[in-house]
Amino acid sequence: MSPLLFLVLAALTVVSALTVVVHKNPVHCACALVLTLCLLAVFFLALDAQLVALLQVIVYAGAIVVLFLFVVMLLNLQKESRAMAGALLVGSGAAGGAGLLVLLVVALRHASAPAASQVPAGFGETATLARQLFTAYLLPFELTSVLLLVAIVGAVALARKPT
Amino acid sequence: MTPPLAWYLGLSAVLFAIGVLGVLIRRNVIIIFMAIELMLNAVNLSFVAFARSLGSMDGQVIVFFVMTVAAAEAAVGLAIILSMFRNRETTNADELATLRW
Repeated sequence: MSPLLFLVLAALTVVSALTVVVHKNPVHCACALVLTLCLLAVFFLALDAQLVALLQVIVYAGAIVVLFLFVVMLLNLQKESRAMAGALLVGSGAAGGAGLLVLLVVALRHASAPAASQVPAGFGETATLARQLFTAYLLPFELTSVLLLVAIVGAVALARKPT
Repeated sequence: MTPPLAWYLGLSAVLFAIGVLGVLIRRNVIIIFMAIELMLNAVNLSFVAFARSLGSMDGQVIVFFVMTVAAAEAAVGLAIILSMFRNRETTNADELATLRW
């Protein structure tokens, strides 16, 4: 990815992320979130993470945001009176966000990692990631399946109408 | 030539700050949830950038786990929002203050 392309895509990403945060209509926010996630998938592709980019589009943009849209539809949120907090809180929130950004930038300015210009063979491919998952990360991987089962049961139990 | 690691980290920091801003200034719990997803994705970008820079796959594996946990979190959280709306007829965080001291 050329630096110019990076800057253009980064600007688009920031704009769509800001749209998620400031837009009044929740449906538009969800659409902007899809755009942000897809743009991040492009960055993942540029960073040699093909499988992660694919999962990003399928799992995040395909499943999670659809879940959000379903909930927005079920709740019928068109008539929203006060989308934002009070002016005082918005001001202090913006100041806090800017302060955090300054803190992160200052902290990361001296972060240096050895720039690996050439990556090992098979980097980012499905086979390599799968081998890692089923050898070094086998226990967390199996725990993840338990977590997902708990999440499914919990979501059904919570969302069911009380009888 | 490719953009240096610092650019990706900077973009990640900006996205994370936008997510924090969203949690702080929005009052709709669904939008707050979306801002949390934004923060998770900012961290994912850092992980993938570091993985590429260090030439190690571990960062991408962690991103895989972060995505799974985010999916579980979104499912349970949205179910909570749904049942909360059923009981209280609101998704405004200011009115959902039963647990506040």
